[in-house]
Amino acid sequence: MKVGLWKIAHARSGDKADRADIGLFAYDAATYAVLKREVTRERIATHFSDICKGPVEIYPLDNLLALKIVLNAALQGGAARSLRMDKLGKTIAAQLLRMEIEAPGDLPRLGPFSYPSPACGGG
Amino acid sequence: MKSVRIGAGLGFYGDSWRPVRASIESGGVQYIASDHLAELTLAILQKDRQKDASAGYARDCVPMLLELWPLAAERGVKFVMNAGGLNPQGAREAVARAFREKGFKAKIAVVMGDSIFERIDELQTGGEPLAHMDTGADIGSVRERLLFANAYLGAAPIAEALSRGADIVITGRVADAALSLGPLMHEFAWRWDDWDRLAQGLTVGHLLECSGQASGGNFGSAGEWAKVQNFLHLGYPIAEVTEDGGVLMTKAPGTGGKVSFDTLRQQLLYEVHNPHAYYSPDVVLDMGAIVFDDRGSDCVRITGAGGAKRPDTLKVVAGYHDGWMGTGQIGFSWPDAYLKCETSAGIIKGLVEERGWKPDEINVEYVGYNSMLGANADASQRDNLNECFLRMTVRTKDKRIAEGFGRLFPWLGLSGPPYAGGFQGIAPAKELLGLWPTLVRREAIEPHVTVDVEAVA
Repeated sequence: MKVGLWKIAHARSGDKADRADIGLFAYDAATYAVLKREVTRERIATHFSDICKGPVEIYPLDNLLALKIVLNAALQGGAARSLRMDKLGKTIAAQLLRMEIEAPGDLPRLGPFSYPSPACGGG
Repeated sequence: MKSVRIGAGLGFYGDSWRPVRASIESGGVQYIASDHLAELTLAILQKDRQKDASAGYARDCVPMLLELWPLAAERGVKFVMNAGGLNPQGAREAVARAFREKGFKAKIAVVMGDSIFERIDELQTGGEPLAHMDTGADIGSVRERLLFANAYLGAAPIAEALSRGADIVITGRVADAALSLGPLMHEFAWRWDDWDRLAQGLTVGHLLECSGQASGGNFGSAGEWAKVQNFLHLGYPIAEVTEDGGVLMTKAPGTGGKVSFDTLRQQLLYEVHNPHAYYSPDVVLDMGAIVFDDRGSDCVRITGAGGAKRPDTLKVVAGYHDGWMGTGQIGFSWPDAYLKCETSAGIIKGLVEERGWKPDEINVEYVGYNSMLGANADASQRDNLNECFLRMTVRTKDKRIAEGFGRLFPWLGLSGPPYAGGFQGIAPAKELLGLWPTLVRREAIEPHVTVDVEAVA
């Protein structure tokens, strides 16, 4: 089934010059295996084709159940010369959480859970 | 076994020092490592220095120390901070002046020598290419427009300042994590080639350098952030480090926020490129075997940082003038909020054209619709927004166009689409700066680094 990453993972993004970087974290090991398989450089490049003008890098970290995603040439040359509202790329992680991937319906986070669900039209 | 507690200070120029009080009063810290310099900050400080040669440092260090120093001094807590920016001497003079007025005493050190701006020609003659480290471009293309150039120094001058009795160490540009690694090297006298211990120390510094981001702040998630308790009194992270390189991350008792596997792993990877080779002046860190052992109650034990030999080069970031930005904004309520913004954007573009202005780039964003999510905004919401703001920015080499751009907008209030509101005044032209990261051999920089300790009484 199609699942929005916001349901199964958390993420933070930041900047270094013209490079935006995102840490994507699975809440559990089963989900991490799915992220590793489904969140590919090609999918990321497509999702961020509007802003990312350079290559995409992905580094899986099994110890952290995390993917380190790097978008090269994604910040209009860097925060100090960017015209964008979010010149630091802090909300790029939120953009990533809107991505949908193919995932099994029995992942732990896809059961009923207690936290307040955000209004997320893309999810 | 000997142990040291380091608390996070600020995470950027303008951050709050209010949570630092709890770390000093009840967190048992011996050091506060305060990071005032984001990558962008030297660009801001450069603008200050252009207006006033005695400025160019992070001014918030003065009120911060005025409030915290009495608490710190009576407990023997020391401060290490990069608030010196482009003018560490100026920062010390300002702090000393304020301390004398209050009758505070302290030994204050400054670390100098990170600026290479005055030595660029000499460095090039000496064989440093100063090529852009990502693109390989020749620095000649921006040479005439350079405004500052600073190397990221390591922990050694900070450790030296502390060993010479400094209570407060003010540096310019240093690796953010060196603000913590410096005190650890001073306290434990680890060998400078004990790569794994240096790596543990660097991990500590990296986790502390963004203040509340390691303790529940900016916990990027859908919904989970709301489980973080008591943002109002969020505690900044505190690291307890033992002589053998053991690390326990926590925060002051009774404070809000959260120190956990989740909050720490988000910060560990923050603004990291290759997590298997995180470069610093003192060690190259491999995060691939780091273990966060979450003991609950905001206590996480950290092991497994891998260290490799330090690089032969230091990173330098230079900044250069890169044109001007003009900004204009106007907001509209329902009905047709988006459409009215879009119509206004068309009118503004028409005005720009009519005046013969040729900006290099026009950027159009719809605040309340896509200014943060960009192309990933949910288009189905576009035509039924309660309200929407048009934000337009232009990039131009001509400062007059940047100044004039914002003046095109107010007219729309009476002669454009209906129900405009929330006018915020006319934004002045903003200077844009390009950043030029490059690598320089450490032998060309380190002999110029100085540490000076002065007693203020």
